[in-house]
Amino acid sequence: MPSPRIILKSCLRPLRLAVVGWALWKMAVPAFAAPRVDFNREVRPILSDNCFACHGPDSQKVKGKLRLDLRANAIAPAKSGKPAIVAGKPDQSELVRRLETSDPDDQMPPPESHKTLTPVQRELLTRWIREGAEYQGHWAYQPPVRPSAPAGPAAIDFLIRQHLKATGLRPAPEADRRTLARRLKFDLLGLPARPEEVEAFVNDPAPDAYERLVERFLASPHYGERMAIGWLDVVRFADTIGYHSDTPRNIWPYRDYVIQAFNRNKPFDVFTREQLAGDLLPGAGQEQKVGSAFNRLLLTTEEGGAQSKDYEARYLTDRVRAVGAVWMGQTIGCAQCHDHKFDPIGTRDFYAMGAFFADVKEAIIGRREDGMLVPDEEQAKELARRREGLTTLEKRFEGPMPEMNAAYDSWQRDLTAALASDERWTRLAPETAESAGGATLKIRDDRSVLASGKNPDVDTYTLRFRRGTNSSPVQLAGLRIEALPDDALPSKGPGRADNGNFVLTEVVARIERDGAESRPVHFMVARATHEQTTLAENNPYKAWTAASAIDGDSKGSSPGWAILPQVGKPQQLLLGTDGTSGWQPGEVLVGQLQQRHGNGHHTLGRFRIAMTTDSTAVTSPIALPPAPELAEVLRFPVDQRNDEQRRRLVTAFRSSTPLLEDLRNRIEVARNSLSGYEAALPHCLVTERGDPRTVRVLPRGNWMVETGDVMEPALPVKLSEGYRKPTGRLTRLDLAEWLVARDNPLTSRVVMNRLWKQFFGIGLSKVLDDLGAQGETPIHQPVLDWLACEFRESGWDVKHMVRTIVLSETYRQSSTASREMLTRDPDNRELARQGRWRVEAELVRDLALTVSGRLVPSIGGPSALPYQPEGYWENLNFPQRTYAASAGGDQYRRGLYTWWQRSYVHPAMLAFDAPTREECAAERSRSNIPQQALVLLNDPSFVESARAFAVRILREAPPGTGKRLAWAWLQTLARSADAAELATLEHLLERQRSDYRADPAAAQAYLSNGTSVTPQDIDPAELAAWTDIARALLNLHETITRS
Amino acid sequence: MFPFQEFLQHQGQQQTRRVFLGRASQGVGALALASLLRPGVISAAATVGRDRWPGVVNPPHFPARAKRVIWLTMAGGPSHLETFDPKPKLAAMHGQPMPESFTKGKQIAQLQGQKLTCFGPQAKFKRFGATGAEISELFPHIGSVLDRICLIRSMTSEAINHDPAHMFMNTGSQIAGRPSMGAWLTYGLGSEAEELPGFVVLTSLGRGGQNQPIAARQWAAGFLPSRFQGVHLRGKGDPVLYLGNPPGVTRDGQHRVIETVNSLNARHDAVVDDPEIATRIAQYEMAFQMQASVPELMDISKEPATVLEQYGCKSGDGSFASNCLLARRLAERGVRFIQLYHKDWDHHGGVKQGIEFKAQEIDRACMALITDLEQRDMLRDTLIVWAGEFGRTPMSQGDGRDHHNAGFSIWMAGGGIRPGIVYGVTDELGYSAVENPIDVHDLHATMLRTLGIEHTRLAVKFQGLDARLTGIAGNVIPGILA
Repeated sequence: MPSPRIILKSCLRPLRLAVVGWALWKMAVPAFAAPRVDFNREVRPILSDNCFACHGPDSQKVKGKLRLDLRANAIAPAKSGKPAIVAGKPDQSELVRRLETSDPDDQMPPPESHKTLTPVQRELLTRWIREGAEYQGHWAYQPPVRPSAPAGPAAIDFLIRQHLKATGLRPAPEADRRTLARRLKFDLLGLPARPEEVEAFVNDPAPDAYERLVERFLASPHYGERMAIGWLDVVRFADTIGYHSDTPRNIWPYRDYVIQAFNRNKPFDVFTREQLAGDLLPGAGQEQKVGSAFNRLLLTTEEGGAQSKDYEARYLTDRVRAVGAVWMGQTIGCAQCHDHKFDPIGTRDFYAMGAFFADVKEAIIGRREDGMLVPDEEQAKELARRREGLTTLEKRFEGPMPEMNAAYDSWQRDLTAALASDERWTRLAPETAESAGGATLKIRDDRSVLASGKNPDVDTYTLRFRRGTNSSPVQLAGLRIEALPDDALPSKGPGRADNGNFVLTEVVARIERDGAESRPVHFMVARATHEQTTLAENNPYKAWTAASAIDGDSKGSSPGWAILPQVGKPQQLLLGTDGTSGWQPGEVLVGQLQQRHGNGHHTLGRFRIAMTTDSTAVTSPIALPPAPELAEVLRFPVDQRNDEQRRRLVTAFRSSTPLLEDLRNRIEVARNSLSGYEAALPHCLVTERGDPRTVRVLPRGNWMVETGDVMEPALPVKLSEGYRKPTGRLTRLDLAEWLVARDNPLTSRVVMNRLWKQFFGIGLSKVLDDLGAQGETPIHQPVLDWLACEFRESGWDVKHMVRTIVLSETYRQSSTASREMLTRDPDNRELARQGRWRVEAELVRDLALTVSGRLVPSIGGPSALPYQPEGYWENLNFPQRTYAASAGGDQYRRGLYTWWQRSYVHPAMLAFDAPTREECAAERSRSNIPQQALVLLNDPSFVESARAFAVRILREAPPGTGKRLAWAWLQTLARSADAAELATLEHLLERQRSDYRADPAAAQAYLSNGTSVTPQDIDPAELAAWTDIARALLNLHETITRS
Repeated sequence: MFPFQEFLQHQGQQQTRRVFLGRASQGVGALALASLLRPGVISAAATVGRDRWPGVVNPPHFPARAKRVIWLTMAGGPSHLETFDPKPKLAAMHGQPMPESFTKGKQIAQLQGQKLTCFGPQAKFKRFGATGAEISELFPHIGSVLDRICLIRSMTSEAINHDPAHMFMNTGSQIAGRPSMGAWLTYGLGSEAEELPGFVVLTSLGRGGQNQPIAARQWAAGFLPSRFQGVHLRGKGDPVLYLGNPPGVTRDGQHRVIETVNSLNARHDAVVDDPEIATRIAQYEMAFQMQASVPELMDISKEPATVLEQYGCKSGDGSFASNCLLARRLAERGVRFIQLYHKDWDHHGGVKQGIEFKAQEIDRACMALITDLEQRDMLRDTLIVWAGEFGRTPMSQGDGRDHHNAGFSIWMAGGGIRPGIVYGVTDELGYSAVENPIDVHDLHATMLRTLGIEHTRLAVKFQGLDARLTGIAGNVIPGILA
């Protein structure tokens, strides 16, 4: 006999079975004494839904000083003076009066809330008060207690049947073996069972036939792929950043990490630590670091004008929501702006949780870095080989070379001489540097000038140097212009032309004194380190000489000093004066560099001016001065130099001497080959620890307010009561440890609840991402608690739990529902049968590829790009993107490898409810929409699969239409077709065949779908007709349904 | 997961009915089976109609003034200062520093940390209509129907970057995963379209080259079931993804495949009695109908030449004008929510030229849409909204303007909206809405009101909360209601 509570439940579904349900209820009431009201299952949901918003945990919102989530508060006099609840006495309880009254001023919930309690709900509350108004702590916050039950899978059956006995429902019989095999393979591997394996299982007389099938599937490498799908949803794994430009990022190795974690049965606590804090684990290797990519899975932006404070706040909240969804089953996001209305999570808890992630090193706005190199075993070997090759060469370069001693000494002598000659020059610090053409001239600390910004074709730089009033007068013998390379310049400069060149048309100088006429400086001699001789056909000097920079002709566009091809290194122009220019204290030397080449931006990018009073400095051989760090060493006497200084000199010598050019070239080649190889290797964003950002409580979530308290990382206060926290600043590793701690009541339940959905179609508590007050108290709470305890005590052994569930008789039940069962338990919450549902988006694809024989079953690697309608990405920008479908085998990879473009997820995936993974998705909806029909009928991926399947039918099936149809049916559904089914197909075959015979061009067009080649030895009309048969089979509801 | 009671209820009703009606062979399956024997005749009304979603707001909370929405989204953020909000004072202060009193404590996008300089309007304004409201003379056609329009000059938003700002405008939240307004409406009111989705999106590009990306999440159903998501009708290729038959497959051939699938599904239903199968059959029939009805819808070549001329478009040109004409055709076919995105309004530079391009692209078409609907007596129950995701700064960014959310202009027309008024005022430099400011939640609340919905009562349980389009905010603005 059904218990009243169950019947009550069906009455609570508005309108469903209104008449029948009501009649049963009327009959049932007198027949049974009602059991005590269950607070958590029956009362809390009513209070939470209707009352807690104003009378619950949100400290800012409590009205009338009344909280109904705390018994002590609910039975104490409220603001009105009357207690809301008087235990045992509903008629004295203000709460009951307020529920019953029709006075709009007193009525609860207030009319403006648009909430009303049903008579049944009011009656429940009244009964509960009459029975003593006992509260229970929220179930999910109490540590799970293992209910007494037999060990192993039998525990599940025992606990469920205990409950079923009370409801009067009888468990369904075991499903037939064909259904079992098909169900098990979908659930464990995500693939359709092949007819051979179904047949073998059907005919296996051994008592442990089913157990062995389970073990075989659990050992398959495809198990990890199947298990990964749900995990990748809940952690929001995707190939692109999400916001605005939605550009790619390197992240797929994380997906493979997840697959391998399931395949190797990594304990879930380790899995948790690695993802939240893999980088902090002692001795963290590549695997742990890739696991820590979890912290990088969130949405990021490259949008210009995005403000970093804004996005810093977004990233923080995104990460906290993720921990809430993935491990805690709590809708923590609410606490971003206010204390949670239903669950014990405050705003401070929210930001303290965010502070755990403040040390994740990342650019807030802009492109993600390439990330860590993630070679596989073979690649790691090759990488080591190349690195070693380079190291060997570098060691040789750095090792002893006695044969070079003489050359070294001579080099050092030359350099010392060059230094001495350079020291005859004094570098002048410009007071101002101006560009007539609008370029920005910046004076640097080393007295050089760097041009940037506007890049005109013609320009004149004017520099002013003031002789200090305290310095002595000098006689100018010469000026020197150093053209200097710089990384900021095209081709490293020194010029601003694309090739690094410049043309210095004319140099003019004068000396100015306040109130007096200026005196020109006359240049007599000009010399340069290098003069360009190429491209000088139209140059009257037939070369770009130093002399042409002082020839008094600044008009023409051609003559001037230029340096091609010796760009990218320092060059000098020395100008000797006629010796008549005295420069007195306080006077200003004005130098003008005229650059009139007139096209291609041939202006100086970086340069420095020096003067000399020593006329021999202009005439002696020009040697470029040693770099400052060498000059510093050379100024020391030889016997006073330390090792480091000597090494510096030796390195400089070896880096420049022509004698070692060959070795240097080989090092260069080895280095390029290594970096080229590295660039082609997989990379993955991982977590690296940086200086923690300051985290403040943002009032009402507003990032523009910077007055909130600064928060250190901390566990949610209420939820972690009694947990022994480590001292000092907590880390992500401490967070992970708490999540998998023995006394954490949430994690094991959350994970088991999600796992249950994979095998029964709905969680034991049906709201997978919310085990809080607004979620659902599980009907089979003992089952969830037993699973949670078993999971934790097994050492967080995921495979053990999967095995336990699928070996249970509950799992093995038939999914066919009797009419009575459909009526009483339409959503299968009681579990007196198995579930039946259309498989996930990825599996729909896998199914077609498997049946057609086209599936390329390799595990892991970069994401694949299945055919996609042209122009689907047309609304992406920065940059515009065109979609290039994968070639070869990558076109036929499993669905979970599909490129996940967050703002435009592949439309075939989207049609079958794959989430965009912009937010953590603990579950997917299961829709049934016309787009699914369009995908299965018309998407080239499915049409090509149908054709490949047709080829298989014609090649592999026994000849004869009837036999072929039967074979095809068996391949698709792993069951035999009945005569009517075959007749229906044959009818289609005949009509399609005659159409294609009549229109061979249509048949040809049909067969040219996709990129794979169609065999030439099959009659096109025949193949086209069979392709339609295959297409019909792949479109069947039964085909894409797991039952 | 169907996270709310109403949907369960709908499913439950269907399921229950089936349980009591008995085996499927007597129901839909039989129809499909019958049609297999009589090719070409699938009883669409009996099957497709059966799955039609009636909406949860049934009957409406208020008498509905509007039955459908055409939302013209001007993507990129149109400058109010060159379109609908004349600011002579800003012209007078051109080149002078922006007074700090206007900008202090406000969000600034790309101009953060830079010198803020007033930038005078780059278009001339002119009076139009009976009220003599001033709008840019670049929009004479819109000016000619200004008496039908409610011009709002005091719009504000919380978001200041394109992507979150679109999300906020469409879903009332800057966090991804919420349903956009079209999804809320089809969930709330159902759709009258027999062979088309209830929520349709069309996009067009501008020729100025500032075409910001638009993510498909802008028309997503979020936590509502996928059936309520917007369907993007594309100008090129298949108008609906995968709509066309595989090459070489004729409509008859496709029909036979679908009939076979449906008939085999119906047989299977007779064995397992699974309510999902009836839905599956209905969806295949719907898909087949769409394969014909959508191309017919998209083909505007049979519209009279006068109509094409009125809008200023040619068949197949993919223009905003074509999309406006398609919007009218969709409205005629009962589609509930039609959203057009016209891009290229992001005028960080060259705002003068940029707005001139935009005016040429949209002015005539907006007028034509209003006039055409009016001539068909549909303007009174069609709500038209013209709005960007935000406006632009009165300060210069070179010769353009930066993103701006403290005050900008939108307009509305049609069902339930008071025509021929100007509502709200920005300060004298066009920075902040200072009189009758409207935020996004207010806009949503008011739109829902015209559609007969009390915005606080269109809610769905999500993550433990009664999630609404208007969040926990939103006030209906009586001043703009007729």
